[in-house]
Amino acid sequence: MTRSTAVIGALVRRALNELTRVPGAALPGVLAPSIFLVGLSGVFGEAARLPGFDATDFRTFIVPVGLLQGAAFTGAATGVNLARDIERGWFDRLMVCPAPRVTILVGLVASAALRALLPATFLLIVAFALGVDWPGAGALAIDALLVMGLATAMALYAVLVALRFKTQQAAPLMQTVGFMAVLFTTAYAPMDLLAGWMRAIATVNPVTQVLDGVRQGFVAHVTWAETWPALLATVGLVGALGALAVRSMRRVGV
Amino acid sequence: MLTGIAAPSWALAARTLRNILRRPQFLAPLVLMPTLFLAINTGGLHRSTDLPGFPEVDGFLDFQLAGAMTQSLLLGGVMQGIGTALEIEGGFFDRLVASPIPRVSIVLGRILAGTAIAAAQVVWFLILGAVFGVSFHGGALGVLLVILIGAIAGTGFAALGVLIALRARNASTVQGIFPLVFVVLFVSSAFFPRALLEAPADWFADINPLSYVADGMRDPIISGISATPVLEGLAAAAGLVLVFAALAVLALRGRLRDA
Repeated sequence: MTRSTAVIGALVRRALNELTRVPGAALPGVLAPSIFLVGLSGVFGEAARLPGFDATDFRTFIVPVGLLQGAAFTGAATGVNLARDIERGWFDRLMVCPAPRVTILVGLVASAALRALLPATFLLIVAFALGVDWPGAGALAIDALLVMGLATAMALYAVLVALRFKTQQAAPLMQTVGFMAVLFTTAYAPMDLLAGWMRAIATVNPVTQVLDGVRQGFVAHVTWAETWPALLATVGLVGALGALAVRSMRRVGV
Repeated sequence: MLTGIAAPSWALAARTLRNILRRPQFLAPLVLMPTLFLAINTGGLHRSTDLPGFPEVDGFLDFQLAGAMTQSLLLGGVMQGIGTALEIEGGFFDRLVASPIPRVSIVLGRILAGTAIAAAQVVWFLILGAVFGVSFHGGALGVLLVILIGAIAGTGFAALGVLIALRARNASTVQGIFPLVFVVLFVSSAFFPRALLEAPADWFADINPLSYVADGMRDPIISGISATPVLEGLAAAAGLVLVFAALAVLALRGRLRDA
């Protein structure tokens, strides 16, 4: 257990070092959610005037989307970095180290959970500076948990893609899925205002539950009825994608 | 001289296209992501056409189609940038530099490949629009104009991708510009009418060439062919090519000088 923790810690530290060693690569991922917040509210802000919109301000409505987008980007970045390590041969060396592959996988994706807090923090600073109301410490704690959970799920998916294609050119495949998982929800408008087919997708997309859990503190109050489906959806995503990623890791080099 | 540049440029463009077509799964995100975005925008905000001040359109999809094309073309530029950066990282670029071909061909080959991909991207969205009921008010000539503006703009974005790759020299930095694609799109009229954008996005949209590219492609779709938006679209697209191709060639020279 202690040895596994040491391996995980080392892999997390290595991933976090990327932030300082290659800041040019990390910076866009940190800035992107804030850019989306400002951009989407500038472009689609008038949509909040449509009858049936349950938030008076589109910016407040869209902040939770930015938080989850940051998580999705961070997860994808983990996969891109893994693909780079595979291309350069570093991953082969990692595979011959005497550590369980599950431990290595946890080390790879744990960094995503921590790194996801960086764009989230930056986004919240920008949002509050632009006049978004403070949702309360409890709501932000739940948001942090859900953001870290979604980043972990997306990192597991990105690891799957990296192990399958073994090249950084697969980066768009990693980014696209996470991005769309966040947006095929009630991201832009309340459920009642979505087109019928979009409403059907948003209803079955588990990220809708996560988004509702993150959004509750911004548009109303935190309730257990909104929180537990979000937690359940996050655990379900991590569990399902984690099982696939473990299977994929165990097949490397076999 | 022209033949001396054209032949290796064509050869390198053909090589790039062959490489891309060998792994078409990497081409898919160029159209897949904007297609999904198109679906999300249309599905989530289809009631926006009810807003006062929204132009007369048959549907929100008709309006959004040009925005999706513009987004796709920008992503095409990112892909060409990643491809160039990987050639730099892998050493192929150095071998090209050492080979007896005009060095400008190294840049032009990649950019020309971008032109072909861009035309195909625009055709994809035109077919998609037709399938989902978009009525092309400009007719066949309008469709050809949309492809022309898109292909020229895509050439400019490919040049921008090459320029960034030559400066950054690594693929992870180039792929990191992916979110910035949305920045330039958000401060344009690609997704929403300029009159309904909030400040300061509306101000940026007025000076953003992407607005003119998107409006130039949109006009033949939603309202027939009007000289002003089409000519502005062509001029903006041509301007992008001239500026970014020239900067890419200068970046190449700078890189060779550093080496």
